[in-house]
Amino acid sequence: MRSAIHVASAAVALAALWFGVVPPAVAADTPDPVADARAFQKFFTDKFPKLKLEDFVNGPYSMNEDMHRQWEEKEQFPPYDFSLDLGKEMFEKPFRNGKSYADCFPDKGIGIRQNYPYFDEKEGKVVTLELALNRCRETNGEAPFSYVKDEMAALTAYMAFTSRGKPFDIKIPDDPRALQAYQNGKRYFYTRRGQLNFSCASCHVQNPGERIRAEVLAPALGILNAMPIYRSEWGGMGTISRRFTTCNSQIRGVPLEPQADEYRDLEYYLSYVSNGLPISGPGARP
Amino acid sequence: MSMIRSTPRLKCILALVAGVLIAGATSALAASTEADFKAAFAAAEAADKEAAGLRNQWTTTAAALAEARKAAGRGDFDAAVAASKEAEALARASIFQATSEIQAWKALEIH
Repeated sequence: MRSAIHVASAAVALAALWFGVVPPAVAADTPDPVADARAFQKFFTDKFPKLKLEDFVNGPYSMNEDMHRQWEEKEQFPPYDFSLDLGKEMFEKPFRNGKSYADCFPDKGIGIRQNYPYFDEKEGKVVTLELALNRCRETNGEAPFSYVKDEMAALTAYMAFTSRGKPFDIKIPDDPRALQAYQNGKRYFYTRRGQLNFSCASCHVQNPGERIRAEVLAPALGILNAMPIYRSEWGGMGTISRRFTTCNSQIRGVPLEPQADEYRDLEYYLSYVSNGLPISGPGARP
Repeated sequence: MSMIRSTPRLKCILALVAGVLIAGATSALAASTEADFKAAFAAAEAADKEAAGLRNQWTTTAAALAEARKAAGRGDFDAAVAASKEAEALARASIFQATSEIQAWKALEIH
């Protein structure tokens, strides 16, 4: 009887030791956004020790002195100015029902870019600024804009401009769905796709500063802070949706529909790991 | 003299060789039928649909499918079958990529 008690006690002690000391196997896969963001930013600052953290928002223009000089000259007569003017005009013009974009956003939509995308706990999904703008339009009886064309770029350009200098402040609420959205975005970022077998990270983590044909690849850190952008290659403005879908096409993958859940989650992840870096949009890129 | 005597035999041989060549060429030219194309195209489309379910289609698969459809439209079923088979191979590669990346993406992650 005594030996049976000893065996049972030993088993209980072993079980306690196992569950107390050895973490459950799933812990290794549990996302830790705070640690991720720290490691992500450290990776880039270690890779480019001469750059200050806030310099990364200038993308390829932060990568060397020549490019930086080009950026300074470009900023004297910014190629996105026309879009900024159009965006301001559109933003201030009331809808046919008399309401305006300002009625759809906190602080009347001024200086809030750094808080997008956010996780909407009611919907259980990520809401981007582009999506929120179109929802605002539809709520007020207006047709939504294309996510990849000039009108959306102009509106987001104006909203980014009013937020310049404010650090990205993306929150992950205490909601398992938010953490899952973040993790889905991370997975999308690192997953190879397309016939060229590239992930987002292949270019923007493994090779920032290197050339791919004539282009200098931008670092992933701060890559969304400058959106939307005027791209000389496009001869016009581009939204985040345009950037994501174009990246997919370039690696010979069929792009998903703009604002697909995957893209929303990707934007959530990429914005979160750039928390603390200032909004610099609208930007200009080669 | 012997040449003259052997002419009928030579003619027979030549006719036989020509017959074999023509038969061979004809069978090669008529290798693919519309039914072959339809079967190959259906297999390619099914694989591409599976890739779509995995949210991982390739633009090159779509291009090969379009090429197959175009070749079939002009009655060139050999080219249509070849393009369909290429599309199927590309679609299968995209499926393999999507399934292997379910775990493989973690190797690229910054820690």
